[in-house]
Amino acid sequence: MSVEVRVPTILRSHTGGQKLVKGEGETLAELFDSLDADNAGLKGRIVTDENTLHRFVNVYINDEDVRFIGGLEAKLSDGDSVTILPAVAGGM
Amino acid sequence: MFVGVLRIAHELVEAMVAHARVDHPDEACGIIAGPEGTGAPKRHIPMINAARSTTFYEFDSEEWKQVYDQMWEADEEVVVAYHSHTATEAYPSRSDSGIASQLGEPQAHYVLIATRDPEVAEVRSFRIADGEVTEEPIEVLGAPEVVQSYKFAHTPDSTVYDCP
Repeated sequence: MSVEVRVPTILRSHTGGQKLVKGEGETLAELFDSLDADNAGLKGRIVTDENTLHRFVNVYINDEDVRFIGGLEAKLSDGDSVTILPAVAGGM
Repeated sequence: MFVGVLRIAHELVEAMVAHARVDHPDEACGIIAGPEGTGAPKRHIPMINAARSTTFYEFDSEEWKQVYDQMWEADEEVVVAYHSHTATEAYPSRSDSGIASQLGEPQAHYVLIATRDPEVAEVRSFRIADGEVTEEPIEVLGAPEVVQSYKFAHTPDSTVYDCP
């Protein structure tokens, strides 16, 4: 499965400045593994050591927030578009 | 860290303050988008605070994706990321700077609006990166309202409007 991934500004240091990268995988977890080969350190900014998504990152497959469709086990289809976004949050 | 200045049209400042007033006592949040690479704030986008809280804010995930898609198509980026503090000062809290440093909008001016005073809101601008918070002056473009509904705290005298 080949999918394109939109990379937010703060993570473009891992993609040589690219805002759009391509990766492979049947699931989101596999996709992030495949991306990490060419974009060192990218996965670690999104996935915790416990293999969950970081609290303040949003990942979407097409328009779906993956938290509602299986998280890292969410299935990918050929031609899907994955978007990574900072959650943008804070508190006093 | 490089310290710049936030140059912003007075209408956009007034729009952020008005949004913060409407959502008070909950924290309000939103962005001002601008053409990528220019650093110029142009388009005000008030966001839903999904936390609906007086002490915390978080963009609604679905709305944020829709807004980001529009910005992507238009080659825009987040120039200003703002939120309000409804009972405390207009300064980034520990969680504000922690979350922004870990995964935020490094190119953005983080604008804080304090609405604890019912008459005059305080507006301040910061850069947040690597856990470090640096305040920067705000330079307002155009003629602000005659009766000020906000002031710029802790910025140079030339940009302080302090006449409620």
